[in-house]
Amino acid sequence: MRVALFITCFNDTLYPETGKAVVRLLERLGHTVEFPADQTCCGQMHFNTGYRPEATPLARRFAEVFAGYDAVVSPSASCTGMVRDSHELLTGSRPPQVYELSEFLVDVLGVTDVGAYFPHRVTYHPTCHSLRMLRVGDRPLRLLRAVKGIDLVELPAADSCCGFGGTFALKNAGTSAAMLADKADCVLRTGAEVLSAADNSCLMHIGGGLSRIRSGVRTLHLAEILAATEGDAR
Amino acid sequence: MNARDTVLGRIRAALADVPADEAPQDVPVARDYLADHAGADPTGLFADRVADYRAEVVRTAPADAKQAVAEALRRRGVRSLVVPPGFPEEFLPDDGPWQRLGDDPQLTVAELDAADGVLTTAAVGIAVTGTIVLDTGPGQGRRALTLLPDYHLCVVREEQIVGDVPEALAALDPARPLTFVSGPSATSDIELDRVEGVHGPRTLVVVLVGAEPVV
Amino acid sequence: MTTGTGDGLVWLDTPAFPEAARTALADTQLRGNLRRATGTIRDKRLAVTGELADWEQLRAAGAALKRRTLRHLDCYLVELEESVTRAGGTVHWAADADQANRIVTELVRAAGADEVVKVKSMATQEIGLNEALAEAGIAAYETDLAELIVQLGGDRPSHILVPAIHRNRGEIQGIFRREMAAWGRPAPEGLTDEPRALAEAARLHLREKFLRARVAVSGANFAIAGTGTVGVVESEGNGRMCLTLPQTLITVMGIEKVLPAWSDLEVFLQLLPRSSTGERMNPYTSTWTGRTPGDGPQDFHLVLLDNGRTATLADTVGRQALACIRCSACLNVCPVYERTGGHAYGSVYPGPIGAVLTPQLAGVDKAPSLPFASTLCGACYDACPVKINIPEVLAHLRAEVVESKRRSHRAPTPEALVMRAAAAALATPRRLSAAQRSARLGSHLLARKGRIGRLPGPLRAWSDSRDSPQPPAETFHAWWRRTHPGETRSGESR
Repeated sequence: MRVALFITCFNDTLYPETGKAVVRLLERLGHTVEFPADQTCCGQMHFNTGYRPEATPLARRFAEVFAGYDAVVSPSASCTGMVRDSHELLTGSRPPQVYELSEFLVDVLGVTDVGAYFPHRVTYHPTCHSLRMLRVGDRPLRLLRAVKGIDLVELPAADSCCGFGGTFALKNAGTSAAMLADKADCVLRTGAEVLSAADNSCLMHIGGGLSRIRSGVRTLHLAEILAATEGDAR
Repeated sequence: MNARDTVLGRIRAALADVPADEAPQDVPVARDYLADHAGADPTGLFADRVADYRAEVVRTAPADAKQAVAEALRRRGVRSLVVPPGFPEEFLPDDGPWQRLGDDPQLTVAELDAADGVLTTAAVGIAVTGTIVLDTGPGQGRRALTLLPDYHLCVVREEQIVGDVPEALAALDPARPLTFVSGPSATSDIELDRVEGVHGPRTLVVVLVGAEPVV
Repeated sequence: MTTGTGDGLVWLDTPAFPEAARTALADTQLRGNLRRATGTIRDKRLAVTGELADWEQLRAAGAALKRRTLRHLDCYLVELEESVTRAGGTVHWAADADQANRIVTELVRAAGADEVVKVKSMATQEIGLNEALAEAGIAAYETDLAELIVQLGGDRPSHILVPAIHRNRGEIQGIFRREMAAWGRPAPEGLTDEPRALAEAARLHLREKFLRARVAVSGANFAIAGTGTVGVVESEGNGRMCLTLPQTLITVMGIEKVLPAWSDLEVFLQLLPRSSTGERMNPYTSTWTGRTPGDGPQDFHLVLLDNGRTATLADTVGRQALACIRCSACLNVCPVYERTGGHAYGSVYPGPIGAVLTPQLAGVDKAPSLPFASTLCGACYDACPVKINIPEVLAHLRAEVVESKRRSHRAPTPEALVMRAAAAALATPRRLSAAQRSARLGSHLLARKGRIGRLPGPLRAWSDSRDSPQPPAETFHAWWRRTHPGETRSGESR
């Protein structure tokens, strides 16, 4: 099986560790990951802000770059959703098959115990696009529950949006901040040291709020927890 | 051009993408939902669901129905009672401390407003939703009769109860004015919290006539 | 600000959504009222929809029936006109709000009345009927409890189902005590803030109006093409009063509310109450067909209203919004609505459905901020009983707003310039890498201990409440190139 990694422009720039974790994890599970170096962006920001003519070349480019792979795996539910739900509208043809990481692990590889070790108190925020666009269901939680040493605690009002919404956070900053405050409050009520999710964009937003109030809670992408082993000194 | 032609013309222009030979039935509607959610005991479910709206439910055998109606009216202290034409004698108390008001000739709005209560039958009962449906048939009267008095006692026979909404609609004639009643009048307009009792009858009593329930 | 209670569909004096939301967000009383109310109704809705194992099939059937109706709307309306006429009613057509208001005004005058009682109706709010009647010297009394609260308070509705959701019991008590006397029977002495007492006050206040009313105006939840049957779904009995006691009944209905057959109601009477008030069935549903000798209004008029609906129908993506059955489930689950309330939407249709309906009915230029008043979280789509894909329509309308600005502005907006620059930077890995380098250099000037605090310029909106991560020294692309030298097929040539 030829598996390609779609890192996303956002993770490429701000969260390369998440990409490295995906590679480490999949290799540990016995798979080779290719990284098509010509990849850039799925066009989600442009599409969701109303700039379709600008998004179209990005969607076309995506289809060219990832043609020929059996599967494309991405550590972003949001970008995966963009490709799956909207690329055909822009390009007129079916996009390559993209899986969000937890979908790929559970549905394609058929594993829930990935042999990870992460001895910390963790709470998980199901991002809107993972929950309601991709409908990943409890796949991420099944993966997390199988992690050795983890103390997984339930996040109150988990399915409520965190208020990020891409350019929404800029255009409607006040409303976004109000939603963020409620989400941060729920995270703090869990007493978790780590907040995890399938999207670094939402984590940047929530983590930015948690950092501003000096909460001491850190954010970590699902991939990085699943990639952690007893050898790591995290 | 008149407004009718304008609107219909705009609709036809707006639907330019719909193929000319497409008929309404060509647009698929899957009817794979359940015809009935009632389960094995529709009568019991009906009683529970009506009571759930904080209506009072009295279950009685046919032989005791008249007595049950009389007791309910006495408990309420009804002194003037509207009884629509055609109300069955078998459920009508022979006498009581109330004045009986027929609706023939029609009572005025003021007379109805002053009446203590109204005693009717129903056309259909719906188990799943705890609904009684009035179709203005014999024993039910015109719509205003069940609206203005603050107390409504409705006699429903067990065999009138259907499982669910689809069966009820199939049994009803839409040419008649229909009123679907689910509990007493209520509102959720204050803080989205339900409060019983606004303009319609604030007290609804359903006397359910049939085999005695197995306790 | 004008002081009227509404100026038609869109309140043009309302600022754009972000500014209007700022006012709402600062109102802690409003935030508390909304949180409490939406929280209550969410739980109730989930409980009663969870009771039906075939809820998804019912939703699908509801969506399909609406699709069938909309694709053949002209046929169904003509059929409805015939059946209503056959049953003794009169059908009127109105292309816009002015025509509808004129029709209703003339009908009220013809009945010799100078006042009407009203059943809660979104359509008549949309066309500003009360204001039009007032200009003609006709008093319109709202009889739904929440509408009464709004009318007495000189306020605007903020929710489709519960227009006074922004008011709590204490505020309602104050409004009743202050205002009822000027409209009719005053509030009872010593009125408390108990919901039961407030409902009783409304009952007493409106009773005299119901009993003397000669004309009623209603909306309609549905009308059946095949039988000519019209229906109103309600809770309080004010609807029954209006539909039963007066001699003349005028029903104003959006053309999209028609349904093909009587049996189709079996779907909507299961979907609507459960989605709306979270009940298995609402207390009262009334249906009537034309007129019935000896029972109820002997003069029945049905006004079929376009007012932007055909323009919406012409948009093959946006037309699904016309399937809306006004249950308001999308408002109750919306995280944006929960924080801002309905007034921020500047329209009689607030919340997610309003954000897609208002710009379509009024034109995107009239409400360009509404399609952006959403995080696209998708909670509305999940809750919608007729499966309107609101996020899809929002994204579609965002593109229309951007295109409309492109057409009307000679110079590109600042946002368009940023988007264009971003698209250029993302066009190839090489350009992306150059952009990433500049971003990293810039961030070095701003970062302290790996976090970036408050930022200047347009990014202030972001940084007011959040820190930002400092971009790491090496991008993933660069790391891969460094660690996988043999495999790197560079994108230099592209």
